[in-house]
Amino acid sequence: MATCSCCCGEDELTKQLDKIIEPYRGQPGGLIQVLTKAQELIGYLPKWALISIAKGLGLSLQDVYGVVTFYAFFSLIPRGRHKISVCAGTACYVKGTKMVTKTLREVLGIKPGQTTPDSRFTLEVVRCIGACGLAPAMIIDGKDVHGRLEPEQIPQILEQYA
Amino acid sequence: MKSLDELAKIRDSRRAALKIREGVPSATEKAHIMMCGGAGCISSKCTDIVEAMKECLAKNGIADQVQIILTGCMGPCDMGPVAIVYPDATFYRRLKVKDAEAIVEEHILKGNPVQRLLYRTPGAKEPTRCVHDIDLFKKQKKIVLRNNFYIDPTSIEDYIARDGYAALAKALTQMEPGEIIEEVKKSGLRGRGGAGFSTGMKWGFTAAAKGSPKYVVCNGDEGDPGAFMDRSVLEGDPHSIIEGMAICGRAIGSEQGYVYVRAEYPLAIERLSNAIDDARRYGLLGKNIFETGFNFDIEIRIGAGAFVCGEETALLTSIEGKRGEPRPRPPFPANAGVWGKPTVLNNVETWANIPEIILKGAEWFSTIGTEKSKGTKVFALAGRINNTGIVEVPMGTTLREIVFEIGGGIPRKKLFKAVQTGGPSGGCIPADYLDTPVDYDSLGALGAIMGSGGMIVMDEDTCMVDIAKFFIDFCVDESCGKCSPCRIGTKRMLEILERITTGNGKEGDIELLQELATTIKSTALCGLGQTAPNPVLSTIRYFRHEYEEHIKEHYCRSGVCEFKE
Ligand SMILES: Cc1cc2nc3c(=O)[nH]c(=O)nc-3n(C[C@H](O)[C@H](O)[C@H](O)COP(=O)(O)O)c2cc1C
Ligand code: FES
Repeated sequence: MATCSCCCGEDELTKQLDKIIEPYRGQPGGLIQVLTKAQELIGYLPKWALISIAKGLGLSLQDVYGVVTFYAFFSLIPRGRHKISVCAGTACYVKGTKMVTKTLREVLGIKPGQTTPDSRFTLEVVRCIGACGLAPAMIIDGKDVHGRLEPEQIPQILEQYA
Repeated sequence: MKSLDELAKIRDSRRAALKIREGVPSATEKAHIMMCGGAGCISSKCTDIVEAMKECLAKNGIADQVQIILTGCMGPCDMGPVAIVYPDATFYRRLKVKDAEAIVEEHILKGNPVQRLLYRTPGAKEPTRCVHDIDLFKKQKKIVLRNNFYIDPTSIEDYIARDGYAALAKALTQMEPGEIIEEVKKSGLRGRGGAGFSTGMKWGFTAAAKGSPKYVVCNGDEGDPGAFMDRSVLEGDPHSIIEGMAICGRAIGSEQGYVYVRAEYPLAIERLSNAIDDARRYGLLGKNIFETGFNFDIEIRIGAGAFVCGEETALLTSIEGKRGEPRPRPPFPANAGVWGKPTVLNNVETWANIPEIILKGAEWFSTIGTEKSKGTKVFALAGRINNTGIVEVPMGTTLREIVFEIGGGIPRKKLFKAVQTGGPSGGCIPADYLDTPVDYDSLGALGAIMGSGGMIVMDEDTCMVDIAKFFIDFCVDESCGKCSPCRIGTKRMLEILERITTGNGKEGDIELLQELATTIKSTALCGLGQTAPNPVLSTIRYFRHEYEEHIKEHYCRSGVCEFKE
């Protein structure tokens, strides 16, 4: 029988999360570091993780929640397997971000902030990914920069991500 | 490492090993290939080229005679991937994987640089081979980016070979704290994060402030959307920041530093944290540095994507792990910074200047630049310009020189319209003022600001009302919501601009925008709100006719805005 990777993984994730919390135990000042690493581990910040983090650092859940919602980098909901971040920094805007976003919305059928029903892609709009020289640019999965985008290329680029 | 002698020994032996990068041929090595590893070049797959080169070197049996190094951003992002081959300092651009073989077999083995990969100044018949002869680079002056063509950013010894940590050694063994502060004051260095406050004075206030411990903080949040100078320093020369901060630690009596870097810069975080580890291993951070009794260490704090966190009071609360909301000043960080203690906070680029000032002296530094703005400034050129990328020029260089001579002008023979400096807090400067020398005061007089160094070029296809809307939209998004002038006022401005750009503008809208702008500027809590209206005010000042055309004629001369009648 096939095992379900999400729930059976949770024990393992809890263990790894504890490891992340350990060096900051009792230190509220480490909250942002811990949240960043936790999100890297789990992909988003589920409630159970926030509870462990709050306990570990000696904060209330409310404090933790306040910080998570303040910073755009953190997400409380699961995201797709691939994260598309379209740059809407000044350089990219001047060179055609609008067109890129429009094409992506059409091809994926979702708006920025949403995830495709098959959980393949999450679309988000971000500010300056530091590739202004290649504007307009987008970054997929936080590492693959695709620059000098033309709308026609976009479907092909997306095909590389299953 | 404990003594100055040991530092000198490492420097000398490493410098001898790196002579080839200064143009001196080596008996044992054929070449050092410096491949640009800046974000632009990485995204055009420069690492694949490195692999191909390595394979080809191995095939020819010379893998042990050639070093390939991934450097920080070299600047000319538009020509990427770029590389410099030493000892002859040949500059290659627009490289592809298939070019690896030609470079190895023609250039390195036979000594014939590959002509078709060389840079050609527009209009010139012959290509220019040597990086030092290329106009684009000759017009620049590198202080902050002094090492980017030369060092492996992951090697502390490469940094030491270029006199790295010599300034710290000097500050610890030959200077009193007060003298260090005096030197920085005398240099005329002003903060590169935007406001341009005297760095030496800031250190002086913090040194004099009551309270301990004291802290040293580096602002690496780089929030201006359209700028990537600080990133190139963090990735390309992380030790220059560590050294600058340690020197300040000595000057103000602090033992702990923090570098605040945004999470969107994972490579910068990785490079910096490795550099900090290396500095600790070499005894350049930690306890009793150079056996002088001076202790100093640095921790990294990660920013998580909020523009307002670049503002100093917000950043300081964010370091404490809280919501990064600003608070009113005074008290200034010099008196009440991290955890309420006296704190010096400077921008990445400001820090990178410090070691050079201490080593070469305030007098040397103050010969560069203009009367009130000393030294150089790094700019990130982007938008409708040919040579997008990073440049460093002496203060006082004119906008025309930056945009047309170094930046290569506007692509496709389009007409220059404006250059935007200072990001969401700055303004647009039109063609009439292209001969303005770039310094804090002259840009301020034009209703723009120096800002952190983002420089976005706009041509006739850019609509200035749309750009104003873009910046206000950004501020609405990024307003932390704590004060109402900023939270509500910018929203109102956005609504008016949306109205104008869709053909629903009304007579009097321009005046309404100006009125709102003035109120927000004088009543907002922090710099974000106080400067948010600037892009609108400056576009109205220079491009009022475009606003009027939108409102009265439903006409957008750039064809950007769509009017739904
Ligand atoms: C909304 C806002 C955003 C800012 N963002 C940055 C930033 O990203 N990087 C930076 O160095 N300074 C930024 N600043 C300026 C800082 O508040 C502070 O003046 C600066 O870091 C001080 O360093 P300096 O004296 O070396 O320039 C920002 C200011 C405001 C009001
Ligand atoms: S503005 Fe898009 S990468 Fe900088």
